[in-house]
Amino acid sequence: MLSRTADHVYWLGRYAERAEELARTLDVQYRLSLLPHERRSDAVGWNIVLHTLGLEAAFAERHERVEPHWVIDFLAFDAANPSSILSCLRAARENARAVRGAISSEMWETFNSTWLEARAQAPSRFTALNVSEFIDWVKYRAHLARGVVLASMLRDEGYHFMQIGTFLERSDSVARLLLIRLACEAAAAENGATVHDYYPWSVLLRGLSAFESFRRVSRDSVRPQHVLEFVILHRHVPRSIYRSANLVHENLQAVANAKSGETERRAGLLHSELRYGTLATLAPQGYERFLHDLLARTADLSDRIGRDFLGHVT
Amino acid sequence: MDRPALPYDEMYTADGHVRPHYAVYSEWLTQQADDALRRKRAEADSLFHRVGITFAVYGEEDGNERLIPFDIVPRVLSAEEWRRLADGLRQRVSALNAFIGDIYHGQEILKAGLLTAEQVLCNPQYRPEMQGMDVPGGIYAHIAGIDVVRAGAGEFYVLEDNLRVPSGVSYMLEDRKMMMRLFPELFSLNRVAPVEHYPDRLLENLASVAPAGVADPVVVLLTPGAHNSAYFEHAFLAQQMGVELVEGQDLFVRDGFVYMRTTQGPRRVDVIYRRIDDDFLDPLSFRPDSVLGVPGLMAAYRAGRVTVANAIGTGIADDKSIYPCVPEMIRFYLGEAPLLENVPTRILRRKDDLAYTLAHLDELVVKEVHGSGGYGMLVGPAASEAEREDFRLRILAAPEKYIAQPTLALSTCPTFVEQGVAPRHIDLRPFVLSGREVTIVPGGLTRVALRSGSLVVNSSQGGGTKDTWVLEA
Repeated sequence: MLSRTADHVYWLGRYAERAEELARTLDVQYRLSLLPHERRSDAVGWNIVLHTLGLEAAFAERHERVEPHWVIDFLAFDAANPSSILSCLRAARENARAVRGAISSEMWETFNSTWLEARAQAPSRFTALNVSEFIDWVKYRAHLARGVVLASMLRDEGYHFMQIGTFLERSDSVARLLLIRLACEAAAAENGATVHDYYPWSVLLRGLSAFESFRRVSRDSVRPQHVLEFVILHRHVPRSIYRSANLVHENLQAVANAKSGETERRAGLLHSELRYGTLATLAPQGYERFLHDLLARTADLSDRIGRDFLGHVT
Repeated sequence: MDRPALPYDEMYTADGHVRPHYAVYSEWLTQQADDALRRKRAEADSLFHRVGITFAVYGEEDGNERLIPFDIVPRVLSAEEWRRLADGLRQRVSALNAFIGDIYHGQEILKAGLLTAEQVLCNPQYRPEMQGMDVPGGIYAHIAGIDVVRAGAGEFYVLEDNLRVPSGVSYMLEDRKMMMRLFPELFSLNRVAPVEHYPDRLLENLASVAPAGVADPVVVLLTPGAHNSAYFEHAFLAQQMGVELVEGQDLFVRDGFVYMRTTQGPRRVDVIYRRIDDDFLDPLSFRPDSVLGVPGLMAAYRAGRVTVANAIGTGIADDKSIYPCVPEMIRFYLGEAPLLENVPTRILRRKDDLAYTLAHLDELVVKEVHGSGGYGMLVGPAASEAEREDFRLRILAAPEKYIAQPTLALSTCPTFVEQGVAPRHIDLRPFVLSGREVTIVPGGLTRVALRSGSLVVNSSQGGGTKDTWVLEA
């Protein structure tokens, strides 16, 4: 497969996943902001979201202070923010368009119509005031696209590169979602708020479509440590970090070339650490440190894949 | 030629009767309500948008691709009409290929005095790099789009030969797909010759001209990229043929061979179906500022290690100043009488043609020799006094840049417009493939001037497209 084609398919996977993950991140924060105890620290929470997503400076350029509905608008709809959901949907569509001959027609039509519909409806039907409706729509379109990929895409290199992009992005996003939650809870504790763990952590699980699974497979109560263990290490949870690492490794093996040995080794190492490790051994210096390391390793894999396969120059 | 009061209509005879090959369609059409047709047209628009059958307009922000209007009334040709047309096209393209080969080899036609050396060798479309070089099968124009119109009592005239990078074939295929989706019943009522095998033929044709000794040639389609106005067609054809869609940056030349960069390392390329103009193909040989091409491609091509389709330098045969000589070429190379007519053309570098043209500007169509896409053209009868005056000055400044032709009463075809079904002017671009043999899928791209009375069918000037049916006997 052409390196440029693989590059576009890889980024198609990343942007499509980023749009969905961002919707889920927004979903969690927005739901929590509706709970009575959270109101006081509203701005603090949204600030943490912007900081953890690396968008603090970009936001400050557009708005003078952190107002919840401005943040929502910035993260969901702002075309000037290249990381907004709308911008990601557009970037996914542009990458699909660049390789529309190399993916199935159904895939192209799905990503194209998602973008066309988002562009047409965002200004009227979807606004910061009813962002939940938009989030549901984004998730629905993501489910649709996933189904189309599953049912129509040739299992060639393009498929593997798209999967690699998807799961690197998912692992990155879920790690950030956990970091946001940890920081928000720490901030709340500092303010002397007494919050039952149940609310923030169950909302997080729901945001990852994992609350019911948690209830079914775990007899633990909804406590930070239990949720972290479940979201990071559980082998059968579709959005767990372990599962993303596993799929990155698997798909990387399927496309291995003469240059990619070291990249494969690093992906395999991450995979097996998460497979056989426990939170105690993996995060001796705390969850935050562990999650930040994970972000760095994900970024390293992405760079290396770019150099090994996608024609990127260092 | 005679100019009857009303132009030839594809569906109706002059006294209002339905032509036999339109009988079945016409009866069906009378049973359709305007509202139902309107709904079908809206459905077609939304499908075209979703599928992304759009073209980018230069100067407009990207993401704002436009649709080429699609008309739901097909243009129908009888088996007999098509047979005559196809024979003529095969003959014409064979002669054009022979002409290009001759120009880049022995130049017999110049020795015979049918064309002057100055006319050919000083033409910017002549590529000295091609002189003396052999190409596989002696084929230069592997893909030709020949623009044909009907005028007078329905005779076919060739308006223009497109031998460089003719486009539009994807609309032929997508328009058919759309018609079958919107009106499946029409296809059980009529025996419409299928066109869907065009990409298959194209691939076969490209593989057949691979460099000698290559058993299983790797074919690629070279595009300028996603911002090109015809990008949809490039992606579509690459996908339908199952070949890589490459940009210049994906290819490189090493040790005289052309390779593409893949995830598994370099892979050799044998045939390049290029949709980039000559000028941009190789910055080492042509425009040095081109970032679309492949440095060293020309050298690999000259060494016979890769085939470029269409060949470089085919523009010498489709130039408007060469066009008037095509009937002579057919006699010269094939020893046959031309089956298709040329539009009588005045060449304004000739004094008497120039004088005649200036005296009859209000009757003639004046075209720039190197213009295309409906730009740089005067339609005398439709132009204002001021426009004609402006053109007169431009002609006088450089008469050799212009040709003039009578304003043809292009045939009309019923078309579904705002007011209902009404006649609009059309043309036709069939696609002729030359390789081991010359083949034409039965049909082509019918373009229609949607504005009442307009003769300009180009999509950049408000033209639309129609499905083209060739009925089987």
